[in-house]
Amino acid sequence: MPSLGADMEAGTVIQWFVKPGDTVKRGDIIAVVDTEKAAIEIEIFIAGTIETLVAHEGETVPVGALLALVRTDGEVPAPPPAPSVAIPVKSEETPSSAKPPSVVAPLPPKLVVPPPPLPRPSTGRLRISPLAMRTAVELGVDLATVTGTGPDGAITKADVERAAHAPPLKPQPVPTPVVMPPPERPAATPPPSVDRQAAMRKAIAAAMARSKREIPHYYLATHIDMSRALAWLQAENLKRSVPERLLYTVLLLKAVAVATHEVPEMNGFWTDGAFKPGVGAHVGTAISLRQGGLIAPAMHNVDKKSVDEIMTALRDLVKRTRVGVLRSSEISEATITVTSLGEQGVEAVFGVIYPPQVALVGFGKIIERPWAANGMVGARPVMMATLAADHRASDGHRGGLFLAAIKRLLQEPEKL
Amino acid sequence: MTDEQIKTVVLRVLGDIAPEVALDQIDPTTDLREQLDIDSMDMLNWVVGIHEVLGVDIPEADYPQLTTLSGCVTYLRARVR
Repeated sequence: MPSLGADMEAGTVIQWFVKPGDTVKRGDIIAVVDTEKAAIEIEIFIAGTIETLVAHEGETVPVGALLALVRTDGEVPAPPPAPSVAIPVKSEETPSSAKPPSVVAPLPPKLVVPPPPLPRPSTGRLRISPLAMRTAVELGVDLATVTGTGPDGAITKADVERAAHAPPLKPQPVPTPVVMPPPERPAATPPPSVDRQAAMRKAIAAAMARSKREIPHYYLATHIDMSRALAWLQAENLKRSVPERLLYTVLLLKAVAVATHEVPEMNGFWTDGAFKPGVGAHVGTAISLRQGGLIAPAMHNVDKKSVDEIMTALRDLVKRTRVGVLRSSEISEATITVTSLGEQGVEAVFGVIYPPQVALVGFGKIIERPWAANGMVGARPVMMATLAADHRASDGHRGGLFLAAIKRLLQEPEKL
Repeated sequence: MTDEQIKTVVLRVLGDIAPEVALDQIDPTTDLREQLDIDSMDMLNWVVGIHEVLGVDIPEADYPQLTTLSGCVTYLRARVR
């Protein structure tokens, strides 16, 4: 079970998308795990063949516990070892013919032709919309029993709801008569959304408390003249069709990502008493959920994406975040986070860093302000940018250079 | 299209964005962003939704006319076939 957040202790396997015998490649989604914050699609980080599924659907396992055994290409299959705790998905490393004589050579598994797999695309990934996935998680629907009626046989929310109300395929277990109800049983089960709300608050509380306990934050702020960026954006959007329009957030994300090249100690993690630079600028974007709650999933390699690619990725990310289904690489791989609270009218946000990251950039509302330039005062759209940074990893001078870089990059939006 | 039909479409697209809001209780003259807690991403998604359903392209410069429900209906009435 991978750690999908600084505060995560355990996850529940909702659904396996692979079974023993399936081949997988790196990045394939092999299961959905329910955490307190969202249903997370687990992406596998190695290629090979599924040997055994160790954790069962419905089982809650602690972070680090064995989920499955995967035989990487070229290895001889072997019986699973005693459960170990170190890594999430274990690949079997079996010595080949040169085994020490004291070890009994394992019997190879019988060569049985596996039953034909359920009709799924060759990536092993179920074709299902994020909203339908979320609904399936909340209604407790086994996706294997659902027929998809969407494009290419994709499963839609309506398909899931139909399956939820369909008569069960197996006979219902006979309810055992309850002699005396336990006194602490609540009168009504709270709806799943309320449970998830409470769980999410708990997760946020743990992460933020840990952050303030462990990370010596320092804070810097600067005003940024956004007139060039907004003018450029307006002109660009006139050239674009409605679905391709850009939001100014995209420029902010790109500027932050590119600025990390100049001050790399803002991009990475503080672990085991040292700063470990991130491989790539994976910018976490704080996304607020409609009824409370906050997740900051990562967008990968933002410095290398065009503004259009960032916009497409952002729309997709926001959509999946709000229905509560994200991918494991998004939940765990942000190397720096951005929070933008300008739309709520706040002028500056001094945030709390998400451990183990070392920096959080905050952007406030763009407000028309008097601005002095070249000895004259005019009105310009001005935005306050802030940096919350880990004083173990960097000092104020470097933090200042980072904000200065962001400011400079936003003066030349066409180069972003 | 009648005003009522336009209003239904507007509310349906808004409902996709703000699923927990009781759409029949929206005040037509109050700012929608306040009533529904929608941000610029939501606004863009709404504009895209209207474009898909009604075929109306709404330029960014016109966004200020769409801040209320009745404003939306008035705006779209003039532009829907």
